Amino acid sequence: MKQFAALYDAIDRTTSTNAKVAALVAYFRSAPPADAAWAVFFLTGRRLKRLLPSASLREWAQAEAGVPEWLFMESYAAVGDFAELIALVLDGVARAPEDGDLPLAGWVETRIMPLAGEDAEVQRDRVVSWWRTLDRSERFVLNKLITGEFRVGVAQTLVMRALAQAIGIDQKMIAARLMGDWAPSAEWFSSITSSVPAAAEPSQPYPFFLASPLEADPETLGDIREWFVEWKWDGIRAQVVRRAGECWIWSRGEELITHRFPEVTAAATHLPDGTVVDGEILAFAEGRPMPFSALQQRIGRQRQLAQIMRAVPVAFIAYDLLERGGTDVRSSPLTERRRMLEEIITGTSVVRLSEEVVSDTWTTLGRLRGESRARGVEGFMLKRCSSAYGVGRRRGDWWKWKIDPFTVDAVLIYAQPGSGKRASLLTDYTFGVWDNGQLVPVAKAYSGLSNAEIAEMDRWIRRHTKERHGPVRVVDPVHVFELGFEAIAASTRHKSGIAVRFPRMLRWRRDKPAGEADTLDALRELLRHTQG
Amino acid sequence: MIAETPRGLFCEGGGFYIDPWQPVDRALITHAHADHASAGSRAYLCATPGAQILRRRLPDATIASIDYGVPVTIGNVRVSFHPAGHILGSAQIRLERGGEVWVVSGDYKRAPDATCAPFEPLRCDVFVTEATFALPIYTWDPPSIVVREIVDWWHAARQEGRSCVLFCYVLGKAQRVLALLQPFADVPIRIHGALAGLTDAYRESGIALAATERITEDMRGPTLAGSLVLAPLSARGTVWMRRLPRPSTAFASGLMRVRGVRRQRGFDRGFVLSDHADWPGLLATIRETGAPRVFVTHGWSDALARYLAEAGLETQVMRTAFEGEAGEFGAAAAASADEAGERS
Repeated sequence: MKQFAALYDAIDRTTSTNAKVAALVAYFRSAPPADAAWAVFFLTGRRLKRLLPSASLREWAQAEAGVPEWLFMESYAAVGDFAELIALVLDGVARAPEDGDLPLAGWVETRIMPLAGEDAEVQRDRVVSWWRTLDRSERFVLNKLITGEFRVGVAQTLVMRALAQAIGIDQKMIAARLMGDWAPSAEWFSSITSSVPAAAEPSQPYPFFLASPLEADPETLGDIREWFVEWKWDGIRAQVVRRAGECWIWSRGEELITHRFPEVTAAATHLPDGTVVDGEILAFAEGRPMPFSALQQRIGRQRQLAQIMRAVPVAFIAYDLLERGGTDVRSSPLTERRRMLEEIITGTSVVRLSEEVVSDTWTTLGRLRGESRARGVEGFMLKRCSSAYGVGRRRGDWWKWKIDPFTVDAVLIYAQPGSGKRASLLTDYTFGVWDNGQLVPVAKAYSGLSNAEIAEMDRWIRRHTKERHGPVRVVDPVHVFELGFEAIAASTRHKSGIAVRFPRMLRWRRDKPAGEADTLDALRELLRHTQG
Repeated sequence: MIAETPRGLFCEGGGFYIDPWQPVDRALITHAHADHASAGSRAYLCATPGAQILRRRLPDATIASIDYGVPVTIGNVRVSFHPAGHILGSAQIRLERGGEVWVVSGDYKRAPDATCAPFEPLRCDVFVTEATFALPIYTWDPPSIVVREIVDWWHAARQEGRSCVLFCYVLGKAQRVLALLQPFADVPIRIHGALAGLTDAYRESGIALAATERITEDMRGPTLAGSLVLAPLSARGTVWMRRLPRPSTAFASGLMRVRGVRRQRGFDRGFVLSDHADWPGLLATIRETGAPRVFVTHGWSDALARYLAEAGLETQVMRTAFEGEAGEFGAAAAASADEAGERS
């Protein structure tokens, strides 16, 4: 545990990518393989099955530190992270002597995982006794392992880069081996670090290739004939894996979502064995996509699936082929992959082809982009015809050319502290629009401001707080912001009756007095317009 | 005895203000930090060890001083200054009239600091306390441990031929760091020009500091490799920084206790070294004063007031323009981050 906590500190103590990678490489080379396996598991964002409610951890820590609950929550506003908060408040508590260091794998397998299924009292006694013996860094790491929120400012690709360096094999091979389901163990670590390709798990997906937002004029991309154009769908990016007589559906977050979309799974059984297709799952009815809010009903809900399946039918829009006849075809040019994809995807209902958009010039394509909203899409995907299917986000070959967002001028009415990096800064804002002389909340947003603007707002909010409700501050309605959002839908869960998707701040309208901000009626009009 | 007014804390019986944030006739100053010592008042009074610094900060002002513990009568109030342990010359101000005693703490700390007289606990009826770090997450490691961390960081960077920049407040923190480093520094610590005058002032007051060398215009690149450099936050993100070879950056402040705050500002390292009392320090101090009434000024004032009220004390939050450690930090750091073109 000490070695892993030290790795954590080393990664945390630098903003340099190279230094982070160096620390990881040193760890992977020196740690016992079972520890290294668990380190990869946690550092790539995987988590243990839920062991205990995180509220329990908070209660035990409050009791141990002798801090009342309200003060604990006030402190949370300053820290923005429960694992860290607990580690910090327990610093003042006397420590018991250590009983020697146990390696990471031992901690996870013989101490942490067996917490599952124990009575709350036993869990508490164990966790509290660990807190008492560990130092601050180890205590923080332990809390992170238990709660499963192990994000340490090291991207998954850095872990892969470090593994590749430590072992001396290709990073793409590491990336592929880390996909899908695997259980961390010393054997597993030696298998992923072996230079001989191991027999792959049949469910294993490929790393997704991601597009970058196109900010420049599309003319800069050169001849339009070198580009393959498709609509940009607004659904769930997914890979359908058809191997060994079975089907798996993976989300981009490498989550298995097979059981959530039985109709897609059923349709995919008609694909030939040894096929992997990349595409998008959409709520889809009468030949066109339904709004994303419809698809949301299919996400996360396990019960009453049959009923929701009828209400919200889905389709899988296939746009790329990664494996054919059991052979990885990702390095073939897009045009070639597309030709093979057209041979395989012949259905026109649940699993269907993504339609090619043909245009002679960027100008005509730009005009067509204006139809995006009416078609229920977000703009275009532009893919270079000669491009291979890469790994991760690499600029140059795949672009998303999105339509401009909807906008509204709204007034800042509430603010509360952010979390993580923004802890103790008031960065999470709620905005309102006018309705009969009142400001009604319509959106929450926390991105889009520069650091200087954040600091300025933070100071202003602290001096202009009218009321406080826990961490939420009601401020003087003075500042107007132009908010951008992707979609608008009717909602019974919001007081305004309206829900907006992906709201963010586009501009601070210092020029606009609050009284001239938009009205709820204007948003209702927009809603009617987009639905019509 | 003391009332909140738009200009600052006012003592009617004595006709003076304590740390006013707007010009007044007569200002009593707890210490020379900008949020406590603003310019423009007609006459200032401070503790003798802090007079030289206050004169540097307010060069045109009329400043008188009295020694710690020596009472003077102003109006019908007996006034005395007592060490607050915050920075050189920092004082609590004790006010007595008709048997009632008030103490205004200004900023204070209880941790050891060789650059100033230690905090003196005073019994009083009303204690006006700061609350900069009044949350139970704020507990300080001893400075002897923190300085070892700083030295280890410096030595590791030196081995790689890099430079280290430790950002700290120009008044108080920088000199405290220099005093702590004195036993460990085998070469002079390089300092930004903005620190030079105040550092000299500390030395002239007889405080032992590590040897320093002011960074001059011609010093850059290899000359500074392996150096530990102390600089104000305002130097961050400016062209001045370009002279430093592959700098590792750090900030010395109680704010660095929280990982997210350090990361948001993009420092490599954060050294938790504060000139304010930590949570146990605040509670112990309030207990030692024996005061049944506690007024809370700046920082996490609502939290401290509520906590004390639940413990049976009479409490009140005073709205002031004091900023403690957070104010200076927010403005300077955000401005420099923005110069670097960061957006979040």
